[in-house]
Amino acid sequence: MTEIKLSVPLTTADVLRLKVGDRLLLSGVVYTARDAAHKKLAQLLLQGEKLPIQLAGQIIYYAGPAPARPGRVIGPIGPTTSGRMDVYTPMLLEQGLKACIGKGARSMEVREALCKYKAVYLGATGGAAALLAQTVQQAEVVAYPELGPEAIYRLTVKDFPVIVINDAFGNDLYEIGREMYSCQTALK
Amino acid sequence: MIDLTTGVFTVRKLDVAQLTQAVAEMVQKVNYELDPNVLGSLRQASAIEESPYGKDVLEQLLQNAEIAKTEQVPICQDTGFTVIFLELGQEVYLTGGDANEALQEGVRLGYKSGYLRPSIVADPLRRVNTNDNTPAVIHWQLVPGNNVRITVMAKGGGSENASAVKMLKPADGAAGVMDFVVETVSQAGGNACPPMLIGVGIGGTMEKAAALAKKALMRPLGQPHPDDYYSSMERKLLERLNRLGIGPAGLGGKITVLAVQIETFPTHIAGLPVAVNLNCHAARHLTRVL
Repeated sequence: MTEIKLSVPLTTADVLRLKVGDRLLLSGVVYTARDAAHKKLAQLLLQGEKLPIQLAGQIIYYAGPAPARPGRVIGPIGPTTSGRMDVYTPMLLEQGLKACIGKGARSMEVREALCKYKAVYLGATGGAAALLAQTVQQAEVVAYPELGPEAIYRLTVKDFPVIVINDAFGNDLYEIGREMYSCQTALK
Repeated sequence: MIDLTTGVFTVRKLDVAQLTQAVAEMVQKVNYELDPNVLGSLRQASAIEESPYGKDVLEQLLQNAEIAKTEQVPICQDTGFTVIFLELGQEVYLTGGDANEALQEGVRLGYKSGYLRPSIVADPLRRVNTNDNTPAVIHWQLVPGNNVRITVMAKGGGSENASAVKMLKPADGAAGVMDFVVETVSQAGGNACPPMLIGVGIGGTMEKAAALAKKALMRPLGQPHPDDYYSSMERKLLERLNRLGIGPAGLGGKITVLAVQIETFPTHIAGLPVAVNLNCHAARHLTRVL
């Protein structure tokens, strides 16, 4: 298994080099956004208005951190379930978003949009929030502070560990992995 | 109680401030320190897991638990919906105010001073965060005696979303119940953060089955159902679920589920309610007797 160090922003060429199952260590800026922020971003796009963050070449991390203890950059921050964002993802990819990070399977629409717009879906380990927080070097709220943990944070990360779940060629690690280890009699 | 021979009135007074304090302490500890039974189970799972991705995930979760405990930060950023089960001894007289409000105050204090994430919206459709993780869901039960037994659970949203209730027919029997459990877990895939614990409630009414499933999750991990019929069903289900191949974090592997725990209740001649409550590895529940 390859391990690739990658810095954000991402180019289309960066994305096209990535294959399903690759392990990546991301460094640079990552924006958090979950359900409530996605809803607001989608509303702005539908109204033809400008977004509070520029998405070209960027990464969105589906996450809402726990509060930081005094002196800390951020509290634990692991991924939330990505499927809830499926309805909004294609329109963000259209804006040039190059990757999103979360946990759990995406819809066929999102997988098709990843191919169309040359982007990837990355998995972070759900439940490893305290571990993942150690890679965050800076954090600031850049939009929707009223949403509390659902605000958009601009995180600066160093070697944030993820795995390519859906590459830009239609492959899906969940399907591949499950097929490899499942026994057909389980469902019967 | 009034002792009929002596005429002495004996109740135990308990100030509700004690409930507040207990809840405030318990919500923090339960979020920072992973259940030792789960830690043991994760270590075993890591030794068994054949998938390299899966093994890595299990090692990350063990490392994560260590960091959380050392730094006294939550295991997961989703510090849960607080669910409180209270067994109130009928000889206890609660003083000092509104007991329900005292419990909510415990949640409020514990989440604030413990740097835990407020994850509750005040209305399911209008969705404004209450900012203090209240209200908790509280289940009171009246029992004999003069103790108050309080169990606090911090229940994660991802695994709760993948849970399900179904009203089966009596003719569906044990096979129907098992198929429904397998279907529910299969459908959850990687969404509910496997490796998971599966609580199954069988019988009662619709809401009783759901409460039983949650109660099943609160049983110590690895403690089988006392009735052989159901402990055998737990073992069969565990084996079937781990043949699904979902694996840690859904990346494929031998370990999808760490335990299946069943609770049952009598039910109606017409029905067979079944509830399946999923829980990620972070089985966050603690019990204290006041």
